[in-house]
Order: sequence, then C-alpha cells, then structure tokens
Amino acid sequence: MPTLGDYLLVSGLLFSIGLAGVLLRRNLLIIFMGLELMLNAANLSLVAFARHGVTAFGLPDYNAQVLVFFIITVAAAEVAVGLAIIVALYRLRQTTHVEDLNRMKF
Amino acid sequence: MLTILFWVFSVLMLASAAAVVLFRNPVNSAMSLVLSFLALAALFVTLDAYFIGIIQVLVYAGAVMVLFLFIIMLLDLKAEARRKLNIAALAGGLAVLGGFVVLIIQVVKSLPGSSDHFPALARTGYSDVYDVGMTLFSGFNLPFQIIGVLLLVATVGVVILSRRSLR
Repeated sequence: MPTLGDYLLVSGLLFSIGLAGVLLRRNLLIIFMGLELMLNAANLSLVAFARHGVTAFGLPDYNAQVLVFFIITVAAAEVAVGLAIIVALYRLRQTTHVEDLNRMKF
Repeated sequence: MLTILFWVFSVLMLASAAAVVLFRNPVNSAMSLVLSFLALAALFVTLDAYFIGIIQVLVYAGAVMVLFLFIIMLLDLKAEARRKLNIAALAGGLAVLGGFVVLIIQVVKSLPGSSDHFPALARTGYSDVYDVGMTLFSGFNLPFQIIGVLLLVATVGVVILSRRSLR
C-alpha cells in the first residue's frame, strides 16, 4: 500500500518539474503550463492529506476536497484571463518569447 | 494492486510532466500535459476522491487544455528556434531546482506520520459526490457564490482583453 509520504514525494516532484518549466523555459505558453503543473501538485498533496486525516465517521476530510474544488475553479478562470493577456501581447509584439519582451527591463 | 497502480500512474504523470518541459514544439507539450492531467486524475481515484478525479478530467484535461490548444493554434506557434543559451541563468535555475528537490525530500522524510498507511474508510450507503455536495453547500455556501461571481468577472475580463483596440 502506498503511504502518505509516497504521495507527498510524488507531489513534490511534480511541483519541481513545474518549477523547472517556469525557470528554464523561455516560451510564455510553456511557462504557463509549468504554473498549471505546480497548481496540480498542490491539489495532489491536499487530497492525500484529506485521505490521511479520516474523520470520526470514517470519512475522508471533505473540507480539503472542497478546497481542491475551489482551486480548480479559480485555476480555470486564471487560465482564461492569462491566455487572453498572452493573445493581446502577441498582437502587440508578434512574439511569445520572454527575451523579446524586455521593454520594461531595467 | 493499489500499489502497482499508484506507481504506474505516478511514473506516467512525472514522465509526461517532464516531457512538457522538454519538448520544443508547444503542441507536443500541450498533449503531454493532457496525459499528465489524466494520470493525476487516476491518482485522485486511488485516494478515493472520485468527484475530484472526475472534475480533474472534465475541467483540466477537457476545458483548460482545449483553451491551451486553441490559443497555440490561433497564434500559429512553430517549434522554438534554438537560441544562444544563457549559461549563468541556466546554472542558477538548475541550482535552485536541485536545492528545492533536496528540501522537499528532507521535509517529507522528517514529517511525522509520513510512513503511515491510510486508515480504512467506513462503508456508507451514499456516494462520494453526496458528501462533497453536503460539505460544499452547507459549510461553504458563501465562498461557492463568490466563486460564481469570480467566474463572471473572468469572463467579462477576457472579453474586454481580447477586443481589437484596447483603450
């Protein structure tokens, strides 16, 4: 049987891969996908803790699952707004490469 | 059986997440991301969170990824041309990442109860969706309605942002 630590380790590794996408890639869309991976890693650890912290009635902790539901909803709204911003930026500059978007760079 | 499924889906999820970062063509990255989200939904099901697993498939692997692919194809992005690597930035990113992975492993190892097996669940007559719905609509009714307003605001914001002339 997998333990709580196994799930947390997998979740941490998924978060690290998302962080790698944000730190190492220079395409705005790939950076955005990395952000989604990091959000999903947080969701996985929340659900693992919900399954670990069983209530007195022998049920999983549904408060954590409701929090995951809210995170998924907010992430969907965030993706819509973020992609709209990327499209507006692409219309203005014809690029999604972060090194070409350096007008505000000090 | 559960152990085998856990490792199969974990490895599948981590491998396709790594493929998202490694592919140069954004369409390939988006397809790997779909596979990663589906494997994550399977992991949610192994944790007895059936509702969250279904929502993950519907919202992430369905709606969000359709939006991503739609934008990639709308912008007609080609595979990234190779550019000169900034060695210092790459080394800095890898150093931060390595430190972070070591930190995560140490924290998970030293967490009390991290090697516990999950306690057994009581057998109830009703489904997982019933319990999530009861919690959502009795304990979190106001946040639920605020989320509805947030979605409306996001919709309006996207319409404003994607107009031809931003004023």
